[in-house]
Amino acid sequence: MSSEWPLWEVFIRGQHGLNHRHVGSLHAPDAEMAINNARDVYTRRNEGVSIWVVRSSDIVASAPSEKGPLFEPSNSKVYRHPTFFDIPDEVGHM
Amino acid sequence: MASATATEAAVDRAAVFEFLLSMGDNALILGHRLSEWCGHAPALEEDIALANTALDLIGQTQLWLGLAGEIEGKGRSADDLAHHRDALEFRNLLLTERPNGDYGKTVMRQFLFDAWHYLCLTALRDSSETRIAAIAEKASKEASYHLERSRDLVIRLGDGTAESHTRMQAALDDLWPYTGEMFMNEASDAELAAAGVAPQPASLKNGWDALVAEALAEATLKKPVDGYMHKGGKRGVHTEHLGYVLAELQFLQRAYPGATW
Repeated sequence: MSSEWPLWEVFIRGQHGLNHRHVGSLHAPDAEMAINNARDVYTRRNEGVSIWVVRSSDIVASAPSEKGPLFEPSNSKVYRHPTFFDIPDEVGHM
Repeated sequence: MASATATEAAVDRAAVFEFLLSMGDNALILGHRLSEWCGHAPALEEDIALANTALDLIGQTQLWLGLAGEIEGKGRSADDLAHHRDALEFRNLLLTERPNGDYGKTVMRQFLFDAWHYLCLTALRDSSETRIAAIAEKASKEASYHLERSRDLVIRLGDGTAESHTRMQAALDDLWPYTGEMFMNEASDAELAAAGVAPQPASLKNGWDALVAEALAEATLKKPVDGYMHKGGKRGVHTEHLGYVLAELQFLQRAYPGATW
């Protein structure tokens, strides 16, 4: 019997200009309540200006077992990092 | 010590003090009732949401009772007023001291109160007493969310399963006789209204009826007819439940007066 509410992943945008970040998950019967619950659970300390919720079951994830084939090949491609440029001090943190 | 505004001079300080007590006591007692759910709500998310509402209300209590103490001018702080008055001196609506019952009943009580609270605070934003208007400005944003949430839950549970529908209708029927008190004018209310300090309670009735009727219809719940209405809270005549609430709420300050964190 599925009396359990489905799981939702919650994404919060902390300030204008920053991306939504994954902050955690919660249970809710539908999207509207998921937003309300996210507001109550994850923005109690003034963390957010915008909330996204996505059903956890709608997220497609890469398989941990494919970590090798997926990610290791990029280990040895240092030339893909723009580390060979001198960045002027005025630019600041990038 | 407070800047005596024209309003304040024109209105009996005692009437303003009583009014502020009623606003503060409603928030305090209902906030305490909600805090009783902490750790017991049917879902973690609901538990946190209710605790948030309780904290909003306790925060509002500090503002209302703080201003009450200031207006009274006897050096009593919000904490003094919250912890060192007896039941007879409390001015909260009887609705706010009703026991929590099941979760549906708590939600229904919250909705009936939130609808009134929201309308009352909205009106108070235009109070001629600027300090009242400032508190109402802040509190009305919180009340607006409380109402959105409790209204949504009343609709979901009313129009939910046969079990939840039955429980919500029972809660509504049980609490309805405690809603009339919100709109009863006391003698001092006319004076406060004339000075633009606060609206006449009765003036909020039509707006409340419309708001509640609309939500109950969507919740497929039958709105009870206005019959006998309990009253007395605003005059300090409370049900036996308030004594138990105060026994818990005031225990620490009564046992260890002046104790601080």
